[in-house]
Amino acid sequence: MSDVVKTQTTTFSPRSFRWQRRRAATVDFWSRFRGDRLALFGLAVLLTFIVMAIGAPWISPKEGLSAVDSIDNPTWATPRFDYPFGTDNLGRSVAAQFVWGSRVSLWVGLSATVLTIAIGSAVGVTAGFFGRWTDATLMRLTDWFLVIPFLPLAIVLASVLDRSLRNVVLVIAITSWPGTARLVRAQVLTVKQRLFVDRARALGASRFHVIRRHILPNVAPLILANVTLAVPISILTETTLAFLGLGDPKRPSWGKTLEEAFNAGAISRNAWWYYLPAGAGIVIVVLAFTLVGRAVEEILDPRLREGGL
Amino acid sequence: MRARFVAGKVFGAFGTLVFVLVFNFFLFRVVNDDPTGKLFRGRNLSQDQLDRRRREFNLDGSKFEQFIAYLKQTMRGNLGDSFLSRRPVTTEIREALWPTIALVGTSTILSMLIGIMLGIAAGWRRRSGTDVAATSFSMFTYSVPDFWLGMVLLAFFAVKWPWFPTGGFEDAGSTATGFSALLDQAHHMALPCITLTLAYIGEYMIVMRSSLLDTVNEDFLQLARAKGLRDVVVRRRHAVPNALLPVVSLSALNFGYVLSGAIAVEAIYSWPGIGQATLEAIRGPDFPMLQGLFLLLSGSMILANLAVDLLYSLLDPRVRGR
Repeated sequence: MSDVVKTQTTTFSPRSFRWQRRRAATVDFWSRFRGDRLALFGLAVLLTFIVMAIGAPWISPKEGLSAVDSIDNPTWATPRFDYPFGTDNLGRSVAAQFVWGSRVSLWVGLSATVLTIAIGSAVGVTAGFFGRWTDATLMRLTDWFLVIPFLPLAIVLASVLDRSLRNVVLVIAITSWPGTARLVRAQVLTVKQRLFVDRARALGASRFHVIRRHILPNVAPLILANVTLAVPISILTETTLAFLGLGDPKRPSWGKTLEEAFNAGAISRNAWWYYLPAGAGIVIVVLAFTLVGRAVEEILDPRLREGGL
Repeated sequence: MRARFVAGKVFGAFGTLVFVLVFNFFLFRVVNDDPTGKLFRGRNLSQDQLDRRRREFNLDGSKFEQFIAYLKQTMRGNLGDSFLSRRPVTTEIREALWPTIALVGTSTILSMLIGIMLGIAAGWRRRSGTDVAATSFSMFTYSVPDFWLGMVLLAFFAVKWPWFPTGGFEDAGSTATGFSALLDQAHHMALPCITLTLAYIGEYMIVMRSSLLDTVNEDFLQLARAKGLRDVVVRRRHAVPNALLPVVSLSALNFGYVLSGAIAVEAIYSWPGIGQATLEAIRGPDFPMLQGLFLLLSGSMILANLAVDLLYSLLDPRVRGR
C-alpha cells in the first residue's frame, strides 16, 4: 500500500499512475497469496493439469480414443507399461481417455464459469445501479431461478437442447448465474452510495461512464473471487450431466468416462482402473480449485478483509 | 401484520409456481417446438401416424392455444402419458415417490444429526485436531461427485466383499412380508444411504461450525461463563440453541431437495425412485415424464422455501418486522 502513496507524489500522468497502481496491487496480491501454502499447492496441481490438458495431443495420440483404432488391443487389460491405466471393454486406453477427458472437463468448467459470472454480473450491476422497477423485475427473475432446483433444471434444459459441449456450457451458465447476480447487486448497492460516484455524476459523467470507471473496478475483486469458487461447481455439474448421458457424445470428459465405465459393467468386473482415475481426477481438480479459491476470496473479498472497503 | 407477512410469502410462492409452469411449457413446446419430430426422428412413421401422435400431445393450434390447453390439463392434475410406458405420468411418479422419500429422507436426517454434532465439536474447539479433521473431511466430500462415491462403495462393499446387495429395492422375486421384507429393504438401502449421508454431512457441519463460531464471542456466553457454569452447560444450554437457526433453515430447505437430491446415486444402485425415473426419461427421451418431474421437483422446492420463510419468522421475531 505504501507504494501507492509514493507513486502519487512522483508521477503525474494518469495512465502511468494507473499502471503503477495495478502493478502494486498485483505484487500485493501475490505476496499475500504466497503466504498460503495450501493455496500454492493447489495452484501447482492446477497448473499440472492445465499443462496436461493443453498438451493432450502430444502426450497421448487421439487415435487411442477410437474404438476402431483400438480393435487389436486387449480388452479389460489391467494397468501395465503400455497402458498405464489399463484398457476398457473396447480395448481403448483408459489413460488416453483420462488425458483427453481433462481437456473437456477443464474447458467446460472454465468457460461455463466465465459465462455464469458474465450473466450474473450483468444482471447484478444493472439491477443494483438502475434500481426501481429494473431492480424489482430482475431480482424477481433471480429469485425464481434460485428457487428452482439446480439439477432438475439443468437436466430438462439439456434434454431439450442438442447434445454438444456448447450447450452443456450454456446449461450450466443458465442454472448457476443467480447467486452471482445477488452478490454483485449487493456490492453495487454499497459502492453506489460512495462519494466518488456522486462526484462523477455531478461532473456530468454519463451513467455508462460511471458503471465502467467507478462501479465495475470496485466490484471486480468480488467477481474475481467468485470465479475461482464457481469453477468447482461448474466442473461437478458437467460431470453429473455427462454421467446422466447429457454431455457431448463425441467428446470424452471425465464424467463421460464414468458413465461408460458404469454402463460397460466395470463395477461388477472389479475393473477399478477404469473408473478410479477419472473420479480421482475430478476430486483433485475440484479440491485444488477450492484451495486456490478460498485464498483468493480471503484476499479479494472486501467483506472478509479487516477494515472493509 | 402477521397475516400480511404470511399472505405475501404465499403469494410469492404462487408466483414462482406460475413461472415454473410457463417455463416448463416454454422449454418443451417452444425451445423444442415439435417433440414428436425429435422423438420419432429416424423411424419410418407414415404421415398419418405422425399426425395421430401430434394430436395426442396437443400439438395442434397456435402456441397460445397450446398453452391454455396445457394449463387446463395441468390444473386437472393430468400431466399426460409417458412416452415410454404409455401410462399416466402421475401414476409413474407416484410409484417412484416412496423409495426416494425413504432413501433420501433417511440420509438427510442422518447427515443432519451427524453433521450438526461434528459442527459443534469443530466450532467449539477451533483449530483443534477435531476441527481440522472435520473441516478437511467436509472439504473432501464436497469435491467428490456423489455418484462416483457410490460407484466406489458399490465396487468394494457389494462386489469385492459382498456384504451388501448390488442394487434394487428388494431381492428379486422376494415374497417376504412384514418384518423380514422390511429388513430386506433396509439391507438394500444401506449402501446408497451411506453414500448420500457421507455426501451431505459436510454441508451441515460447515454451517453449524461457522454459526457456532459467530456465537462464541457473544456477551451472553461470557456471562454464562462468569456465572461459573461448566463448559458443557455453556455449550449445550447457551451457545448451541442460539447457533442452531441457520442449520434449521438449511435442513428445512434440504427437505425440498429430498425428491431431486439423489438422481445420479439412485441410478448407480438401480434404486427404483424419482432419480431412476428421471434417468429413464432422459434416455427415452420421454418429454411428458421430464415435464412432470420438473414440475414436481420445482414444486417441492417452492414449498420448502415457503416453509423456511414461515419457520424463520416463527423462530426469529426480527424477520417478521420487515
